[in-house]
Amino acid sequence: MVTMAVQIARGPDGMPLRTKLARVERRRKLRAFTLVLPLLLFILIGFVLPIGRMMFNAVHDDTLLTLMPRTTAALSAWDGADLPDESAYAALAEDLKQAWAQRATGAIAKRINYELPGLGSQVTSSARKASTLSAGPYKPALIEINPLWGRQDVWSLLKRGSSAYTAYYLLRSVDYQYGPNSEIVASPPENAIFWDMFLRTLGISIGVTAATLLLGFPVAYLLATLPAKYSNLLMIMVVLPFWTSLLVRTVAWVVLLQQHGVLNEMLLGLHIISQPAQLIFNRIGTVIAMTHIQLPFTLLPIYSVMKTISRTHVRAARSLGAGPFYAFWKVYFPQTLPGIAAGSLLTFILCLGYYITPAMVGGPNDQMVGSFIAHYTNEELNWGMASALGAILLTATLVLYYVFNKLVGVDRIKMG
Amino acid sequence: MRHSINLTRLKQADAHDLDRAREKLQSVKKQHGDLAVGGAATAGAAQGPGRGLMSGTNSAFVKFSEVQKTYDGDTLVVKNLNLDIARGEFLTMLGPSGSGKTTTLMMLAGFEVPTNGSILLEARSIDAMPPHKRDIGMVFQSYALFPHMTVEENLAFPLKVRKLGRAEIEPRVKRALERVRLGGYGKRRPAQLSGGQQQRVALARALVFDPKLVLMDEPLGALDKQLREQMQLEIKHIHEDLGVTIVYVTHDQSEALTMSDRIAVFDDGIIQQLAPPAELYERPQNAFVAQFIGENNQLHGKVVAMNGTTCKVEIAGAGNVQALAINVDAVGRPTVLSLRPERVQLNPTPGTLPNVFSAEVAEVIYLGDHVRTRVSVCGHNDFVIKLPNSEGLVRLEPGAAITVGWKTEDCRALDAN
Ligand SMILES: Nc1ncnc2c1ncn2[C@@H]1O[C@H](COP(=O)(O)OP(=O)(O)O)[C@@H](O)[C@H]1O
Ligand SMILES: [Mg+2]
Repeated sequence: MVTMAVQIARGPDGMPLRTKLARVERRRKLRAFTLVLPLLLFILIGFVLPIGRMMFNAVHDDTLLTLMPRTTAALSAWDGADLPDESAYAALAEDLKQAWAQRATGAIAKRINYELPGLGSQVTSSARKASTLSAGPYKPALIEINPLWGRQDVWSLLKRGSSAYTAYYLLRSVDYQYGPNSEIVASPPENAIFWDMFLRTLGISIGVTAATLLLGFPVAYLLATLPAKYSNLLMIMVVLPFWTSLLVRTVAWVVLLQQHGVLNEMLLGLHIISQPAQLIFNRIGTVIAMTHIQLPFTLLPIYSVMKTISRTHVRAARSLGAGPFYAFWKVYFPQTLPGIAAGSLLTFILCLGYYITPAMVGGPNDQMVGSFIAHYTNEELNWGMASALGAILLTATLVLYYVFNKLVGVDRIKMG
Repeated sequence: MRHSINLTRLKQADAHDLDRAREKLQSVKKQHGDLAVGGAATAGAAQGPGRGLMSGTNSAFVKFSEVQKTYDGDTLVVKNLNLDIARGEFLTMLGPSGSGKTTTLMMLAGFEVPTNGSILLEARSIDAMPPHKRDIGMVFQSYALFPHMTVEENLAFPLKVRKLGRAEIEPRVKRALERVRLGGYGKRRPAQLSGGQQQRVALARALVFDPKLVLMDEPLGALDKQLREQMQLEIKHIHEDLGVTIVYVTHDQSEALTMSDRIAVFDDGIIQQLAPPAELYERPQNAFVAQFIGENNQLHGKVVAMNGTTCKVEIAGAGNVQALAINVDAVGRPTVLSLRPERVQLNPTPGTLPNVFSAEVAEVIYLGDHVRTRVSVCGHNDFVIKLPNSEGLVRLEPGAAITVGWKTEDCRALDAN
């Protein structure tokens, strides 16, 4: 039997069929790979590398290590219990002199200012003064120049700088920071804004997702069941927002919802309200505008799933004795779940990253994580914080996706 | 061009099917000789409802009364339908696609509203009754099994809707599954079953709540031929075992002949003929039915004499034919003569038959159990004779001159539309 099988598994030219198959397969794979190569390179260079870089920036910061090499080296032996000894001060004086000469004090000052707000300018001024020091002992001299150099928390910070990696940015992003002795402590209230911000981001995203579901599901149902004549028209109305710029739509909401906007004037005119309602630059405006923008993203996957549900299913349920609502709820609705899951997931994940809309129609307390990332990137040039917030957002999204996948199963989802 | 017999292989296959269906029919009739089929078949004069199972129209289980239906307000899809269905009957609606069968069924199920007329179930009008109150089981061609439920859940659905307890649901589901020989498949999802198994689940689901009436709309249409034939018999047996009333829709004539007590042949929204299978085949009432059921030779002619139940028909350039006057009313009218290929005799002994014509063999096709011979006769060159492959079969060659003949009773003069 075995020999026969082996004999059969050879082509006419005596080459084993398995080898031939492998060769053909390899050629096929190679061709497929060549086809996707440009996109692969594009994604790698334009997407994967920057994101990797960003994730890296969230924990990597070698400012102090490179700009204050002597001090950080001298501190590696420091136990942190008391102020360091003269040799560390000598190294510090040397580093400050060099930084002053190389005009690098700004970067050092900025880095120190992140963790110890208000000290940045003092670092710069003391560096200017330290550059005139010519001989030791440096310890009293530096403390004399600025009491800053006699502070435990400053030295702890410099010692942490001896590692190129820091958890500072990530800790800040969840409202923790380092105390005077490098212990992890909760951020003081004026700094503890991020946890709220994440919760707000989550809350707005959930709210918008729920709103798009409530508004979108009935429309999707109508679209899927109406005769083509009407459903085409309705479909155009649904996807129309897709063809308008996001900015234009957001501004349109400003026009509609502002104090003396169309909606307020109408409600006043109908005597439904006596005072103009505050509909914009707050949470209401943010949710309304985002819901409008996200509606098609939720609706279309649901619609495409509904389109595949045979009408005979509900008919069968009716003939089996189910009333119209029961048939809908037990037979039709469960079959739309993959679409609902896909639509909500899409909208929810997109919402997490919203930035322009909350910035334009939201108040200061409606800014989401995207706004903060933009703020740190564009205004403060604090790449560490921007990266840390971005990394947390990305991780949270992936975790959510994972959980969702476990609960619902992404393979059951239909994206249209 | 309804009159011509199509000589493609396809049609031959059809004819073959039909033969088999007839054989099956005979055997079913033998087993269940007391069924209405046999009884009604002998009552040749009877037409329409009111025979066999039914004692009178008043007791009809289902009654369509003057039912009309239009979707667009212009064309009637169902025209003036009057139909009585008896309790326990297996009635098939047979007709070409678009003839209004599904529409009729949907009106009965409650998914379409008659534009006119009314439908009675057990002598009560159900026009205002929503589908879920009608207690009518339904089997769809697409099975319509709920994909998100297991087979068991599918079967339990109608029972849950009826608020039965678990203790009652479980054994009934189990019994229903066993009835369709799917005992071990309860935990599966419909997608994990083959087409035939899915169809059986759909059947079980339509029966599990003991409906008075079960409707089936081309339920076997998606199955392959062998499975279809097996399922036909299975449905037939279930019908006999349960005594449930079944209204069955199909466009497959052999299926209709195999299964039905009576067949309503639909065309163009009208019931062309309502009769038991054998009667439908042997005594078609009009040219459409003759053509639609089985294979059929048609000869076009003009009535020249009426003589009670028979008439004389002149075929232009060929002579006169004696035929049964079925659907002709007056001398001088055009008519179509309908003649089954197996009733044509080859080279009959002169003087034994009233209708004998000379013919020329055009084509001979050997089909194993019989030989199909196409001949030119009376100016028609698509006239088919079926000769059983029995002892004494004459081997014919194309071009051979022969005579063909038939009895008056085998030749029916029908409407010429
Ligand atoms: N929902 C509908 N709307 C409009 N026309 C329909 C509808 N259903 C069926 N028809 C039309 O009615 C006619 C009969 O259809 P149907 O009852 O499905 O025939 P069958 O089942 O015999 O094939 C067809 O011409 C079909 O186009
Ligand atoms: Mg149909």
